[in-house]
Amino acid sequence: MKLLKTFLLFFIILNFSQISLAENNIELKNKISKNIRCLICQGQSVYDSQSDFAISMKLVIEQKLNEGLNENEIYEFLKNQYGQWITYDPEFNKKTFILWVLPILLFFIGGAIILRKLIVQKL
Amino acid sequence: MKNKILFSLAVLFFVFCFVVLLKGLKNSNIYIPNALSKKTLASFKSEDLYSGITILSDKIFVGSEYYVLNIWASWCLPCRDEHSILMKLKNNLSIKLIGLNYKDDPNNAKKFIDKFGNPYSMIITDKNGTIAIELGAYGVPETFVLNKNKKILKKFIGPLNQKSLKEIKLILK
Repeated sequence: MKLLKTFLLFFIILNFSQISLAENNIELKNKISKNIRCLICQGQSVYDSQSDFAISMKLVIEQKLNEGLNENEIYEFLKNQYGQWITYDPEFNKKTFILWVLPILLFFIGGAIILRKLIVQKL
Repeated sequence: MKNKILFSLAVLFFVFCFVVLLKGLKNSNIYIPNALSKKTLASFKSEDLYSGITILSDKIFVGSEYYVLNIWASWCLPCRDEHSILMKLKNNLSIKLIGLNYKDDPNNAKKFIDKFGNPYSMIITDKNGTIAIELGAYGVPETFVLNKNKKILKKFIGPLNQKSLKEIKLILK
């Protein structure tokens, strides 16, 4: 009887851990597919799109997660196949540096202008 | 004087922005993945359309100088347009033409081949579209020209035409 209880407990714990692992994978799959652009319905994420491409892409993401790849490895794989544009998060490189640097530059220029006006007003 | 310089600079800046954005408007807003990617074809597993036997890609891409991998489907209208081009390519002895049947009903695919002719040495299936994604394709029709080391020499997105046939022949030379 004790052995049966131990076996049942072990079985329940094992099942729960498998369920939570599957849930984690679904969450991660949804997160990744929200960050991937659908190349057929451009402007929509793979998560939102119902195109053939997006449906297959969701399956590939699921397969890769089951193979044990992590989120970044999946992004890298897709970038390698389809280029940087497939992800919604642009990397910092020579093609995108203006995109990253310009807002910071404008922020500092704006700040400097405001600061200068304030100093002039005080004087 | 200082105000005039500032005003001119502001006008120049706005003209610059206007020209850049106007030029951008003329660009196509449809992104096409890097068509000429000198990558090696990823290995995959697929099933033969006729026999249903599972085959590894390493066993498909053997014994030829060049390979042409064509992704097609019976439901795809542009695939019908390019079929005559593929039939012309069939006669070229230095290439092995492989068809990847994309998300198709096997019976419809066989009917399509019976009706229009079979240009392929082998037809493999991609039932859920995952092989096409692994290959970096994004739809049908799409054609890859590979060398004997499975390196992608050229990728044609969309239906093949006379111009692409010439390009393929040029690569084979």
